[in-house]
Amino acid sequence: MKCQQCDKPATFHITELTGGKPVELHLCEEHARQYLSSSSNEPTAVGSVSAALAQQMSVGQTAEELARLDQQSCPVCGITFFEFRSQGRLGCPHDYVCFQPQLEPLIVNIHGESEHVGKRPQHAASGSGDRTQLIRLRREMKEAIDDEKYERASQLRDQIQRIESGGA
Amino acid sequence: MDFLDLTRTSGEWLRGVGPESDIVISSRIRLARNLADFPFISRATPQDRSRIEKVLHERIVSMTPENELLYIDVSGLEKVDRQFLVERHLISREHAEAQGSRAVAIDAAEKFSLMINEEDHLRIQVMQSGLDLGSVWNRINEIDDLIEEKVTYAFHERLGYLTACPTNVGTGMRVSVMLHLPALVITRQIDKVFRSLQKISLAVRGLYGEGSQAMGDFYQISNQITLGRTESELIRQVGDIVPVIIDYERQAREFLAKESHENLHDRVSRAYGILRTAQTISSEETMHLLSSVRMGVNLGLIHDLNIPAINEMFLATQPAHLQKLTGNDLDSTDRNIERARYLRRYLNKENGNGGPEKN
Repeated sequence: MKCQQCDKPATFHITELTGGKPVELHLCEEHARQYLSSSSNEPTAVGSVSAALAQQMSVGQTAEELARLDQQSCPVCGITFFEFRSQGRLGCPHDYVCFQPQLEPLIVNIHGESEHVGKRPQHAASGSGDRTQLIRLRREMKEAIDDEKYERASQLRDQIQRIESGGA
Repeated sequence: MDFLDLTRTSGEWLRGVGPESDIVISSRIRLARNLADFPFISRATPQDRSRIEKVLHERIVSMTPENELLYIDVSGLEKVDRQFLVERHLISREHAEAQGSRAVAIDAAEKFSLMINEEDHLRIQVMQSGLDLGSVWNRINEIDDLIEEKVTYAFHERLGYLTACPTNVGTGMRVSVMLHLPALVITRQIDKVFRSLQKISLAVRGLYGEGSQAMGDFYQISNQITLGRTESELIRQVGDIVPVIIDYERQAREFLAKESHENLHDRVSRAYGILRTAQTISSEETMHLLSSVRMGVNLGLIHDLNIPAINEMFLATQPAHLQKLTGNDLDSTDRNIERARYLRRYLNKENGNGGPEKN
């Protein structure tokens, strides 16, 4: 999709809820910055991840820094930060750990808080490291199969089964 | 229990009973949960989705008596059936329109619905007619605990329950109350009310959630924030504001009844008249007119109808419901004719006079 104000690809998708009717905007980074800084006196759409992110990024980061940030990817699920911020959806639980420096201000921006004080699971995740490991191993196995590296794939499969049966 | 059983009832949230049920349609809470050992939906492969579905299916079936559970493979449903579930608030529009392995589990009374592979792996929802967030919370908390006995949720020590979208992280909870606010709409005070709600970070949505229009003067009020507050605090945040809005709506109704009684009575009677006699009518117009009639009943201007009957008409005249009830695939022209026929039959049977039918 192209930016509504120029020919660059639109990477910011903003739903403006402050008027009478919701207005959808699809903008490139530059125009998104312009838009958000010009309307910064008005309340931003609370809950709109892209808007909150764009606003947060419009303060104090250079284009190179942004580009570098966008390239970062999660070692578990493989999602890049760019993919997250264009879709507004994370790829796996580990993203909250590996993108922590970027997510933290975003979360504070959305919720005004950064710590959970509510309910906790009664049977709290024991060995949660193994849990995210499973996500990574399954992805690596799929990639091995796609690359026709079957020996590697079967090693991974055995490893997955060991963890799934609790014998890791 | 099968799918057809649903078409014979009208659903918990429209029963029209419970505290403040003249204005409060329903109380609802949903919890977003994810399994710890799978990627979130956006990165899930088809195999991941099937495995998630299998794990949750097994857990849900084992904790619910068989004859009280309806487990539906949403990916295998016809479009009209998916739409039917959306109209009953049992699945979201996103869930209806998505691709790939996904399901919903519903109890016989339609008080809970568990969506599998929606935006998160699991969305637990509990609904109740009228204003009663306390019992809704008790029930949903219980279901959440039961599921969690056998599956491991994605949970972070500091951030709480982890969700696909950071807007839901923490409690993963959305508390919402659906209100019928026709008098605030007529007296043009509704925008003012919404602006003040937004200032205290509460969201206002239409009948069918995000982006849907406020059809039939129905509005859902819910929390935006999910992190840094306990579940009870979030419930209180929504629960405390609802009586204030109810009060505004009652004042607006009183004002209308006193200051422009003839206009109000005229509006209600005309709406009732059209619904009883129309030969073709759109869903939108039906909602609009039923809204006036509903208020008329509450204000004692119409005596031969009750609130549950009106709620039933709201649901039965929705496009997919109409098609399920008549058993036909209808285009919108035929639907409008069928809807008018349904309303004439229903209303003229209800008040025991066959007059308008013959007109």
